[in-house]
Amino acid sequence: MMGKHAQNRILAYSTPLVLIGILLVFVAAITLTGDKALGRMAAETLIRVVLVVGLWIFVGNSGVVSFGHAGYMAIGAYCSAWLTLKPQMKSLFLPDLPSWLAQAEWPVLPAAVASGLLAAFVALVSGATILRLSGIAASIATFAFLAIVNTVYSNWEGVTGATSSLVGLARYVDQWVALGWAAAAIIAANLYANSASGLALRATREDEAAASASGINMYRHRLLSLVVSGFFTGVSGALLGHSIGVLNPDSFYLGITFISLAMLVVGGIGSLSGAVVGVLSLSMMIEALVRFEQGISIGETQLALPSGAQEILIGIVMILVLILRPSGLMAGKELRMPRFAPRSPDYKTSNN
Amino acid sequence: MTSLAQLFFDAASLGGIYAMAALGIALIFGVMNLVNFAHGEYIAFCVFALIVPSTEAVAVMFLGKAPAFLLIPVLLGLGAGAAVASEYVVFRHMRKATPVAMMISSFALGFVIQNALLAVYGGRPKAISLWPDLNTPVGVLGAQVPLLQLIVVLTTLLVVCALALLLKKTRLGLEMRAAAENFTMARLLGVRANVVITGAFALSGALAAAVALIMATQTGVADVRMGGQIMLVAFIATVIGGLGSLPGAVAAGFLIGGASVLLQAFLPLEVRPFRDAFLYTLVIACLLLRPQGLFAASSAKPRI
Repeated sequence: MMGKHAQNRILAYSTPLVLIGILLVFVAAITLTGDKALGRMAAETLIRVVLVVGLWIFVGNSGVVSFGHAGYMAIGAYCSAWLTLKPQMKSLFLPDLPSWLAQAEWPVLPAAVASGLLAAFVALVSGATILRLSGIAASIATFAFLAIVNTVYSNWEGVTGATSSLVGLARYVDQWVALGWAAAAIIAANLYANSASGLALRATREDEAAASASGINMYRHRLLSLVVSGFFTGVSGALLGHSIGVLNPDSFYLGITFISLAMLVVGGIGSLSGAVVGVLSLSMMIEALVRFEQGISIGETQLALPSGAQEILIGIVMILVLILRPSGLMAGKELRMPRFAPRSPDYKTSNN
Repeated sequence: MTSLAQLFFDAASLGGIYAMAALGIALIFGVMNLVNFAHGEYIAFCVFALIVPSTEAVAVMFLGKAPAFLLIPVLLGLGAGAAVASEYVVFRHMRKATPVAMMISSFALGFVIQNALLAVYGGRPKAISLWPDLNTPVGVLGAQVPLLQLIVVLTTLLVVCALALLLKKTRLGLEMRAAAENFTMARLLGVRANVVITGAFALSGALAAAVALIMATQTGVADVRMGGQIMLVAFIATVIGGLGSLPGAVAAGFLIGGASVLLQAFLPLEVRPFRDAFLYTLVIACLLLRPQGLFAASSAKPRI
């Protein structure tokens, strides 16, 4: 029979199965209802799963809060637009693109991968600088990075269309495409977290000084996780663009930064399951409140929330969760398959 | 061609606004390690308190109609009240939470305040006219400087001096400095934690109200989103200055104001729209050179 530790190591790899299973049930249930609006909501939720899981790969393992991920998202979204838009549209709206990019007309999947790779490359370059800092200084530097990306993309008229929205993206992302990417992100996040680098990085999260005394090079592991994280964040940006069909630099600024961090923290920053649970619970709550705002009828009476109440209630719920469960809904635990054999009875007593 | 004196006053007045906002954030960080993202919304709240609640495009003055000697204390009190209330409702229950959880909940609180303002006042920016006479230029050292800029510079100096006196000479100030140095130790020595924290929030809220008055007079616009940008800059100033260091926050506020005015004046015309990108690159460079901030508090050093 296997030792407890070996069992634990293997069971740690079952987390993605459980999480993908939950997402699959979620998508299947929504597809069965046949409701178009619900389908869009599901696609949007799964894109957020890609984003928040991408964010978790860096933030969850390193413990450094990043405000800059919306910047990687913007980079991915615009890259996919450059590669997939029709050349005649690009010559009209984006006259300053280099000619090879202006002529490019890639299929959507390679374009999404390329967007992720570009975002990962930018993460490598920006991270090489920013991650020399640690703690709150690093968080502020990521904020500065976000502001730089936003300023550049909002003013680079001939390449990004600046603040006038870029339209005409192929809207190919439905819930199934998003589910595929969400599954990929979850598997990659789990593999990274269980790799030697992921373990080393979590050691630095718990205690920087002790980890570096044990010979862990914090800078290298943080950079590696930021690059992996940047890839999926970039992909989520590309997916978002191809789901709503319109790009605007301001949709990748403080609003999305706030909501993605909130989902991560509400679910629990300490575990991958926390990231997924946070997205699902907050997304479903937002959807319910939006519906409630439009008005629902119970029997004869028509009930509706005043407009604006949705955002206020979301904020209040978030504060309540943080007050009542400061380490998030999952509190650092992972969902995983049950053990093969029941726990031996002395297991509990030996822990007490 | 703008004269040197003109540039100086532009930089000093912009820096003064940033410095006051940064002080508000640094005060709270000093006593409870909370990065208060709701600070910008206190500013917006105070601006909107000047006008009658409605979603019409034309703003009708409400508090703003009161004479200055009444308006200023009432608005400062209102700002302080808002900050203290938010501490009482939200942050008091999070004393044991991690700094990240507190930061996110302050983000959430800001989100709530902003959307409440949106619901009450509508999303369109409104024109307001508060003390329009203050924008008439006066001649100083050969430059045409709006009277308000002079007032801003003087007010900042006054506020900084008053705060320094408060911190050095009063019992509350002593307790606050002790709490900023080492909160647990200070409590063991009989510092009243709740009094200190409430005091810090009240001061911070009053500073937000002062910034609100200046911005309302200067821009003549009330916009729900006006708090966000200034909060970001103030937040960055706090970190560059050294988190928890009040003189550092003031110095860094002036530094960012100065850098931003200089970049605006001397960048070539074609890259001027990208000014903020240059500014934030400078911020990152500054952090790389001195990660602990320009004026790091002695308590900020990690102890092993």
